Amino acid sequence: MFIGIDLGSRTIKLAVVEEGKMMASAIAESGFDPASQALAMLAPYGRPRRLVATGYGRHLARQHFADGVITEIKAHALGVRHHFPECRCIVDVGGQDAKVIALDASGRVSNFQMNDKCAAGTGRFLEIMALTLGFSLSEFGGAALAAGGETVLNSMCTVFAESEVISLKNQGMPADRIARGVHLAVINRLAAMLGRLGCDGTLAFTGGVAKNPAMVALLGERLGEGIRLLVPDAPDLAGALGAALEAARSAEAR
Amino acid sequence: MSAENFTVRPYPEMWAALDMDVPRFDKARQMLGEVYGKMFLGQVNRPDRMAYFDEMIAEIFGRRVEELLAAKKEGKPVVGTFCVYIPEEIVVAAGGICVGLCGGSQGSVPDAEKVLPRNICPMVKSAYGFKAGRICPYFQAVDFVYGETTCDAKKKTWELLDRLVPTHVMEIPQMKRARDKTLWLEEVRDFKAKVEEVCHTSISANELAGAIRVINDKRRALQRLTALRAASPAPISGKDALLIEQIAFYDEPVRFAREVNLLCDELDERIGNGVGVVPASAPRVMVSGVPMALPNWKVHNLVETAGAVVVGEESCIGSRYFKDLIDESHTAMEAQLEALTDRYMQIDCSCFTPNDERVDQVLKEYRASGAQGLLHYSLQFCHTYNIEEIKIREACEKEGIPYLAIESDYSPEDVGQLQTRVEAFLEQIRG
Repeated sequence: MFIGIDLGSRTIKLAVVEEGKMMASAIAESGFDPASQALAMLAPYGRPRRLVATGYGRHLARQHFADGVITEIKAHALGVRHHFPECRCIVDVGGQDAKVIALDASGRVSNFQMNDKCAAGTGRFLEIMALTLGFSLSEFGGAALAAGGETVLNSMCTVFAESEVISLKNQGMPADRIARGVHLAVINRLAAMLGRLGCDGTLAFTGGVAKNPAMVALLGERLGEGIRLLVPDAPDLAGALGAALEAARSAEAR
Repeated sequence: MSAENFTVRPYPEMWAALDMDVPRFDKARQMLGEVYGKMFLGQVNRPDRMAYFDEMIAEIFGRRVEELLAAKKEGKPVVGTFCVYIPEEIVVAAGGICVGLCGGSQGSVPDAEKVLPRNICPMVKSAYGFKAGRICPYFQAVDFVYGETTCDAKKKTWELLDRLVPTHVMEIPQMKRARDKTLWLEEVRDFKAKVEEVCHTSISANELAGAIRVINDKRRALQRLTALRAASPAPISGKDALLIEQIAFYDEPVRFAREVNLLCDELDERIGNGVGVVPASAPRVMVSGVPMALPNWKVHNLVETAGAVVVGEESCIGSRYFKDLIDESHTAMEAQLEALTDRYMQIDCSCFTPNDERVDQVLKEYRASGAQGLLHYSLQFCHTYNIEEIKIREACEKEGIPYLAIESDYSPEDVGQLQTRVEAFLEQIRG
């Protein structure tokens, strides 16, 4: 048994792999003490042959319990290739980061782009905008999809965009239209990152934000005919799965 | 000296005499000591000869400043600088001292932001803040500051800095045609006149010839150090090499060159015995881009903490400072000034257009260093390096060189994300 654990900014994800297949998984809030939270999540599974950590808290995990660490970028690459063995391009949007990753034919990372220091264009951005507009996260995507039109959001900074959303609300703009504008703003940013990397063919969408139906539908629309958008089952687990697969791979290499 | 008990030594009386904000500066001194102890003295298997450079940091706010003040007392010019375009040979010919001024720390940025716009280069803000806050003894000690027109943020800030300390601005041409060289030669003559005015003497051809040899020797010593870093395993860490390149801007040049050469003798021996600071399997990274002014060790620290080693800096504080020498064969003043101008016109700063020789230089140094990946580093709002980065990236893509570009300022707020990017880059190199 091999375990991969992804200590993200918002949630901790865990994947258990045996004989190359994911046998179990778990997700919990990161909380204030991610190391203890992770240990509590690991408790039911007993000692794996090898445990690899990824995500923002990977080095914390190594201090406490992990045998090895890999970055989220490599983890998502491994996780996505498990689902889609031919895929050469990934967009991963998590709580705090947005990443675009290009792979070579063998699945190795050949190039990547990542947002700089702020939450612009990430899950956290969507979460704050949903809150400002009075939607729960689960309603937010649906409302954006059902909207009869959209409004353009000019700011990508979470703080400035929040002011912009508030002023749009107060101009009488319907909340669902603003919601659609918020989603499109994130998609425009991802499209620019994709443009820099030059992805074509198939694109896998991972991270918690890939569970938002509006993000998937509107990103697919934006990419157009040339690119096929693939979303794996449990897209938020792709990093943890990749880490578990790396645990298996590195254990065999030893 | 161990990491725990390293301190930068205090000289409160001298600082008070220099009209510094002593209580505040003393806190900065303690912080520098702590950071230095952790980042540098904790490294494994350092060359013994690094002891001299550790001592240069321990005395950075003390003995070296005393040397400056002693020179001033004798009527020698002390010139503060920010740029590799300073013709320091002229200052040295007059018996004077050039010192690179403080400008690499987040600590002085709030002082600058009381006056300057926030959205400008952190190095310019930091430098201005050190003077405004009276928290850099070098700034307090200089006769005048040498400023140049390499970028908009600098040239407009000099106008404001001049209110706090006399600032002599030289116009750096932005193209490399014959008429641009003529302009620069005129600027060099003006600079010589300015130095002569400060020290009430005129510089002889003999003195200039001596100074050219002294500074050439300093640059040769740094060239030798760079060549030795090509060995595998790397005989010295990138952090230590960068530190030496930073100290090159404020140490006494003859003593500095001697110490660098002594260190190089030790590195020669290490290479002969196959001794390194990391295993030969550690990924080798070359850094290219903007200057990293002391104590800006952000990028090197990220890369080396992640288990790799930095094997070269294509940077102003790096090879751009020492790759070119001045022809020493001239004996007449006019010919010497022309030879000096020729050398300075070879600097491939991104303020020039076009500047394609820098792309070639990056590739040349990359190959010579035995690096396995190139990390381009730009300071925030540095338009010329940020835009030129596109050409460097294209060249690396064409050559199949693993490449990562980072744009960052001095604040630690993006360290988490940068660490992820650097580690992913090293995963890419390791394959």
